[in-house]
Amino acid sequence: MITKRIIPCLDVKDGRVVKGVNFQRLGDVASPVELAKYYSDNGADELVFYDITASAEGRALFTDILTETARTVFIPLTVGGGINTTDDFDRVLKCGADKVSVNSGAIRDPSLVGKAAKLYGDQCVVLSVDVKRVDGVFRIFAKGGRENTGMEAIEWIRRCVGEGAGEVVVNSMDTDGVKQGFDLELLGQVCDAVQVPVIASGGAGKIGDFITLFKTLPGVDAGLAASIFHFGEVRISDLKEEMKKNGIPARI
Amino acid sequence: MVAIIDYGVGNLFSLKSSFAAIGQEAVVTADAEKLKQADRLILPGVGAFRDAAEKLHRSGMDTALKDEVSRGKPLLGICLGMQMLFERSYEYGEYEGLGLLKGEIRPIAERIPAGLKIPQMGWNSLRILRESPLLKYTREGEYVYFVHSYSAVNCDESLLAVTNYGTGLTACVGKENIYGCQFHPEKSSEVGLRILKAFCEVQS
Repeated sequence: MITKRIIPCLDVKDGRVVKGVNFQRLGDVASPVELAKYYSDNGADELVFYDITASAEGRALFTDILTETARTVFIPLTVGGGINTTDDFDRVLKCGADKVSVNSGAIRDPSLVGKAAKLYGDQCVVLSVDVKRVDGVFRIFAKGGRENTGMEAIEWIRRCVGEGAGEVVVNSMDTDGVKQGFDLELLGQVCDAVQVPVIASGGAGKIGDFITLFKTLPGVDAGLAASIFHFGEVRISDLKEEMKKNGIPARI
Repeated sequence: MVAIIDYGVGNLFSLKSSFAAIGQEAVVTADAEKLKQADRLILPGVGAFRDAAEKLHRSGMDTALKDEVSRGKPLLGICLGMQMLFERSYEYGEYEGLGLLKGEIRPIAERIPAGLKIPQMGWNSLRILRESPLLKYTREGEYVYFVHSYSAVNCDESLLAVTNYGTGLTACVGKENIYGCQFHPEKSSEVGLRILKAFCEVQS
């Protein structure tokens, strides 16, 4: 049976992991390469690197880190942040990324998803969306959640999948950071709308939130989180054991 | 030395790195001479069958590869590279493969129950059907990483392992010096590295 994937997300700025990392055993770890290796050794099924750098120097550092990570970590790597053109795809794929995630870049240029899918294959193109309820309607937000595009979320996701996005990361801004569980209402609607893998993001605070997610919505393929893993509030090995106990397929 | 055949399909960085991680010298090459010098060959590949088969043919690497394999040199096809080892594929038409193994490539949609996603993307476990030098370090039930919408059928002669995605799908094949993995050993963590190590120990 194919397993449900657990994916830690690393936000990288100027070559360091941000959002703070404080492992009991590792102390303060901000090296993305070390952290990636740690997660890979401890049961992460995949890693997402998010480049939140603005400067050109930062960007160069990011690709160095990516290269170094791909040299030592042998699980799928997805890269996002600052992906606006197919040249950006090329740049990170050459450094060892397996999938590339687009968010604002696709909003700015809606043909980007289709162009990239033709060049690199659907499986390589991940659509990432930041979604928030506005007057009871799910809307797509751009620029890291700062700008309401006014676009209806399910419509946008369906359109991008039609163009060739092979996977969708759905980040709910309403549940993100609240640690009270994933946005099951939003995720359920996305699962009903598209046939490609759906990755849930935003809201995980404890192991039980992942169990609820996978039990309630069998169409969700993966759960993504950052700080709860970085701070050791949830250990991936414990999470996987609990998934197994609950009959949810997990790679252990 | 391992030669990773570069014919302009897919990203070979991780593959090359994974050989470095198990202490094996590997070169990414589009040069037929290098194939002669190598001890063993890797045929990688992602994307569409027709496009890849055309590129392999245009590069002249198909002939060079067949020559080396006929002399007993071990070959491992990975993902689409594995699919190309077979006689033909029915991906958007009908296209000829290298014909090194008996069997053909068909859409998994024809065989899996409705409701399962296509492609199969993610970690799935191996059920080993036959002992093989390729799987000498692999245990029943170990997980490997798959991304595919097509799979090999009518390939009983070379079938080594399957994976269960609603039904059994071909995961690993091997016959004499010719091997293939539908999954990505270079993305399958330590389990995948052990398979690559076993391939590097296959006697030609």
